[in-house]
Amino acid sequence: MKPKIYINSISSITAQSRDKEESPVSYYKSIFPAISPNYKDYIKPMTLRRMSKAIKMGISAAKMALQEAEIENPDAIITGTGEGCKQDTEKFLENLIDQDEQLVTPTSFIQSTHNTVGGQIALNLGCKNYNLTYTQNSASLESALFDTYLQFLETSGKKSVLVGGVDELSEKITGFRNLDGQLKTGKIHNLDLFKEASAGTITSEGAHFFILSTEKSGNCYAEFKDISIKNSIEPEQINAEVENFLHKNNLGIDAIDAIVLGKNGDNRYDYYYSILQDSLFKNTLQLGYKHLVGDYDTASGFAVYLACKILKSGSISSVMKLNTLRPGKIKNILIYNQYLGSDHSLILLSAV
Amino acid sequence: MNKGVAVTGMGIISAIGNNIEENYRSLLASNSGIGCSEFLKTTHTNIPVAEIKIANETLSKHLNLSKNHSFTRAALLGSLAAKEAIEQAGIKIDDETGFISGTSVGGMDATENHFKEFVAGKADNKRFIRSQHPGFTTEKMAEYFGITGFVSTISTACSSGANAIMLGARMIKAGKLKRVIVGGTDCLTKFTLNGFNALMILSNNPCRAFDEHRNGLNLGEGAAYLVLEAEDILNGKPVLGRLKGYGNANDAFHQTASSENGEGAYLAMQEAIKSAGITPGEIDYINAHGTATKNNDLSESRAIQRIFEAGIPDFSSTKAFTGHSLAAAGALEAVYSLLSLSKQEIYPNLNFSQAMPETGLKPVTEVKQKKLNLVLSNSFGFGGNCTSLIFAKDEA
Amino acid sequence: MKNLQAELKESIIEQLNLEDMEPGDIKNDEALFGDGLGLDSIDALELIVLLEKDYGIKLTDPAQSREIFKSVNSMAEFIEANRTK
Repeated sequence: MKPKIYINSISSITAQSRDKEESPVSYYKSIFPAISPNYKDYIKPMTLRRMSKAIKMGISAAKMALQEAEIENPDAIITGTGEGCKQDTEKFLENLIDQDEQLVTPTSFIQSTHNTVGGQIALNLGCKNYNLTYTQNSASLESALFDTYLQFLETSGKKSVLVGGVDELSEKITGFRNLDGQLKTGKIHNLDLFKEASAGTITSEGAHFFILSTEKSGNCYAEFKDISIKNSIEPEQINAEVENFLHKNNLGIDAIDAIVLGKNGDNRYDYYYSILQDSLFKNTLQLGYKHLVGDYDTASGFAVYLACKILKSGSISSVMKLNTLRPGKIKNILIYNQYLGSDHSLILLSAV
Repeated sequence: MNKGVAVTGMGIISAIGNNIEENYRSLLASNSGIGCSEFLKTTHTNIPVAEIKIANETLSKHLNLSKNHSFTRAALLGSLAAKEAIEQAGIKIDDETGFISGTSVGGMDATENHFKEFVAGKADNKRFIRSQHPGFTTEKMAEYFGITGFVSTISTACSSGANAIMLGARMIKAGKLKRVIVGGTDCLTKFTLNGFNALMILSNNPCRAFDEHRNGLNLGEGAAYLVLEAEDILNGKPVLGRLKGYGNANDAFHQTASSENGEGAYLAMQEAIKSAGITPGEIDYINAHGTATKNNDLSESRAIQRIFEAGIPDFSSTKAFTGHSLAAAGALEAVYSLLSLSKQEIYPNLNFSQAMPETGLKPVTEVKQKKLNLVLSNSFGFGGNCTSLIFAKDEA
Repeated sequence: MKNLQAELKESIIEQLNLEDMEPGDIKNDEALFGDGLGLDSIDALELIVLLEKDYGIKLTDPAQSREIFKSVNSMAEFIEANRTK
């Protein structure tokens, strides 16, 4: 039988400050960094010295989630990262190219591995349990959540899983997105992202970690109901896909009180969202978030984070609203995301 | 009873052959694939590697790709191996067919070739900009086979392929998929060659796993995939073997090095044995990780001693055939484990002459015929990632 | 020798990202690894490259480095005796 899965703690590091939801930070560039917490609160200086931002953000966000849930050693650590430790990758790559493969030092190579963050969290906690890292573009965090979901379906005896996503900016590799049309050109204001009818999006970095558990804590945010990942969906099939997913969970469209969409202002692919906005979810509260934190492979962590907060507090910041509906009590939230028309995911969360 | 998840197809390409049959013949004849690099353009010409001697252009022709395709070498190798597996299993790709691939550096080959152009703002080869990220390589392969459903990539360094196989089996068991193509792919790159070189763990000679005088690993490249299918759709189809158990644990000791007593490896093997519902004594053969670094082989040997105590089963590392193909290693060795089960023979650990004094363990050094029911395959990676898989002969 | 020690301290701080440290914080005879400065095996590999790059000394076996990198003093002595540049 399928057990109930609870989200007992959440953490977020993004380009937005965590306690100023109603007055979001404006950015006038297509690439903007995350606001760093004081990493020394979470990581010893001697180990901090060689860490890239992804590692620092990852460990810090993981520790925030663990502290909130009062867990020292989770039964599994499952990480998603679309582009991994790009800063170290870039550093090592430049060194070996510039120095014609001579006198290359290993530190950045060691840290370039995609499972560096997951491994470093384990090392930091001394946690020898199950540890996996997924890297499937915009379905990276979702893959990690899917694995987490499987852990609880199996009779593995696992009680608490630390799961999260992290991605960082790097000077050159992120900049390459300007060359292949992934980023907007010209004048940009992040908060006006959805007003623009142009190609490309804005990007940033961040980390989100969660404690999922079969045991509901007093602090519990939401129930994690279901998740689905599909590599590609024909636009005309998107409605059917969503209906099918809800049907499997014995829910109709009416049962969804809010839908969080991964809209990123890229008019070449945003139709996946507008189809849903204009049809199935026409009378549902629609929320967006990528104008706040940018779009990167694990940006959907922010959607999960926000949905959790909404389900727990019942309050919704107006900056997220894509339509003007005023729903009653929020019971079920659906999160839908894709990037460049691929790696689609649906996540269903419910109030507890 | 835990029958294990059915393997109905397998495919492989490595430095010792372009398909299952060629790999098998090389294993029997003790033909190693380790030699000089020809296709990898590196200044380290003195470092031996296990390279697949086929150019990307030729690989693309085998796959009938258009001229301006954006397949990375890992995607090319991966597609060839997966094609063999899919054809053997005779499956039709549908909505309930998943694809889970392990890769460590994905399309780094394309990135390192074009990096300077991109830095200079040249966009001629922009179709390779996203290739650096492992999901890109997986996506190309999914596209090639028309897989639209569950597609994911695992990147846990050298245990990626083994972890992909584990996830596939778990998804079938949980009823999330009917069939799934699982495995791993990695190609030789300057990035990884220089990385391991900087770590000072590459040998200048063919590697000597478990030998007292072992002095490092050889990098290799390759890809291997298995088709796993749910019991209710088998319909009497031949089953090549079964994935009976799996375990993953973290050494949580050091970013790259293994702990002295091999705690992570020990826990992974223990979990695999537990999940298979067997006792250690039932394992007939171990296809060891055995990279031939000082550190890995000692750590793995100690972990094996701790699990099996006095009854250490036959074991060998096949890395001296294929080099260490990183994310693909666990998948390559899954294929070899399945071959061992179907042919009832163990493939040798080449270049071994003297046991390390710390353990005195001696691997199998000649092809050995033996009744084999259960084979354990180990894969360990950076970040302390340790995975063990247990394959069983199908009890028809 | 004195200059070499000062130079080494600066290089160590830079190469190993010891951000919060000043050359004066490292004593000449202080253990660089373990309980002293707290460097680890990854740092040792970085220092091996430093030896080659700055002093033309090529080590082939990382195990060799343990004695050499005991302290700034031992590093300086080894460099004095073996440097090619």
